[in-house]
Amino acid sequence: MNKINTIIHKEWSEVFKNRMVLFTTAFLPLLLTAIPLGIIYATSSSGDFSGISGDMPSEFNAFCPENFSGGDCFQVFIVSQFMIMFMIIPLAIPAAISSYSIVGEKVNRSLEPLLATPITTTELLIGKSLSAIIPALIATWLGFAIFVIGSWIMITNPVVIGNFLDGRWLIAIFIIGPLMALSAVSFSIIISSRVNDPRVAEQVSMIIILPVLAAFFGQMAGIIILNVTFMVTSAIVLALVDAILVYLSIRLFQRETIITRWK
Amino acid sequence: MITTQNLTKKFDQITAVENLSLEIPEGEVFGFLGPNGAGKTTTVRMLTSLISPTQGSASVNGFQIGEQDIDIRRSVGLLTETPGLSDNLSAERNLEIYASLYEVGDIKGQVEKYLRFLGVWDRRMDVAATFSKGMKQKLAIARALLHEPRTLFLDEPTAGLDPEASRLVREFILEIKQQGRTIFICTHNLDEADRLCDRIGVFKTRLLVVDSPITLRRQVFGRKVVFHLVQADQALVDKITAHPHVSEANLIDHKIVVTIDDPEAHNPELIRILVREGADIQFIGELRRSLEDVYLQLVKNA
Repeated sequence: MNKINTIIHKEWSEVFKNRMVLFTTAFLPLLLTAIPLGIIYATSSSGDFSGISGDMPSEFNAFCPENFSGGDCFQVFIVSQFMIMFMIIPLAIPAAISSYSIVGEKVNRSLEPLLATPITTTELLIGKSLSAIIPALIATWLGFAIFVIGSWIMITNPVVIGNFLDGRWLIAIFIIGPLMALSAVSFSIIISSRVNDPRVAEQVSMIIILPVLAAFFGQMAGIIILNVTFMVTSAIVLALVDAILVYLSIRLFQRETIITRWK
Repeated sequence: MITTQNLTKKFDQITAVENLSLEIPEGEVFGFLGPNGAGKTTTVRMLTSLISPTQGSASVNGFQIGEQDIDIRRSVGLLTETPGLSDNLSAERNLEIYASLYEVGDIKGQVEKYLRFLGVWDRRMDVAATFSKGMKQKLAIARALLHEPRTLFLDEPTAGLDPEASRLVREFILEIKQQGRTIFICTHNLDEADRLCDRIGVFKTRLLVVDSPITLRRQVFGRKVVFHLVQADQALVDKITAHPHVSEANLIDHKIVVTIDDPEAHNPELIRILVREGADIQFIGELRRSLEDVYLQLVKNA
């Protein structure tokens, strides 16, 4: 545990000196938290949205109880859209941190002296993974907490607030978020073993956010509706994907493979 | 102490190290010489448990590779081909991280000891990126020493360094040598091997020869004594060649270069012959072949 702790602190002291990593870790959550709050503020303080509910996908009506006004329903719909974007945070931050952490070490050639210490590859892999996952989860949960507090202040209808804190979003933030962070780290490790430029590793690793964008546009077009069933199914599928990615990353993250095959 | 028996490493169809059998006693400084791609780094990686051998066995400090890998890594220090420091971190932080990974009890104390030993205590907060190449290399050697390993592996410790930096590193290695540790140095720098090593092994996929630099010179080229005379001629050379222990004598300007098996025993007799023949001897010296000549001869023959 002590060695894992050392690796986590080593990674943090190194990667957070990189502007790109710092930007992704600090700016992205701020942006993705500010956007839905801004929408709530705009839709609460001005305009009449009572007639707009007819423009939303009909499947979305399930989230608009009869006591909701058109404005309330619009708020729930548009914020739900951006809540999906919120799920980019637990993917983008680990991808950025682990890309710079692993490829950075490859470029610096600092992995070999590290592997020459009495640390096991499992400890090293856990240390590196946690150093990427922990900041992502802190940023996601902190962003969500700010969003909840902000919406509680701005929204007058408690039923609308309850809609943002229902099972769907709790599953998304507290179950799917960590699973996403794990898949992003494992995917980055696989990519990092093949490239020699941290920026390339980060850009390729960002492919992993495509399913989130697909969900965003899918819901906007009414093709998919993010209800509890969808979220639970997503969590199960993601857990299976994680199992495969973790297995592949462990196979690649072997002492001899790193020393002799990572170029 | 390092012992290997028929240690072999193959990468697919390529044999990097073949049947290496070697014994290096405690406290010896051993130079591992060989051309690029000879398998020196692969050997070091096997001996430090970074990669496993295809066949054969080895023990380092009494621990078997492949069976007690963590114990081996705990008991050895490794300087890799490049320092591999975290450039964004301070010298002190670089060492603290490794002291923690090596499970050093008094981390602060050990880090301070080696930073003072390096003479960089005042620059301990400077990031590693600001250090010269030589200083980075010294810092990397200090990193390998933090846990006081019994055996130290140095892979090309002065490669790519300018003469001043090389000297800094060499002096540092000499200081470590005084502490009685076993040091295994892979190097291309023959002058460095000559100055630092008790024994050297010339290696090209397999071990060609192992001995002290002096013995190797004698084995490969024999011992040569040069008699500097005021005047010399072929008649004098013939008299010297007639001596039963002289295998060869050549006249070069006013010097007679004599190949002889035991100069300490037979030189007095040769001197008497020369004096008797009326030669005026200015001085006598042994012709020293460089280790480079020995190395090139051995590698060429391999």
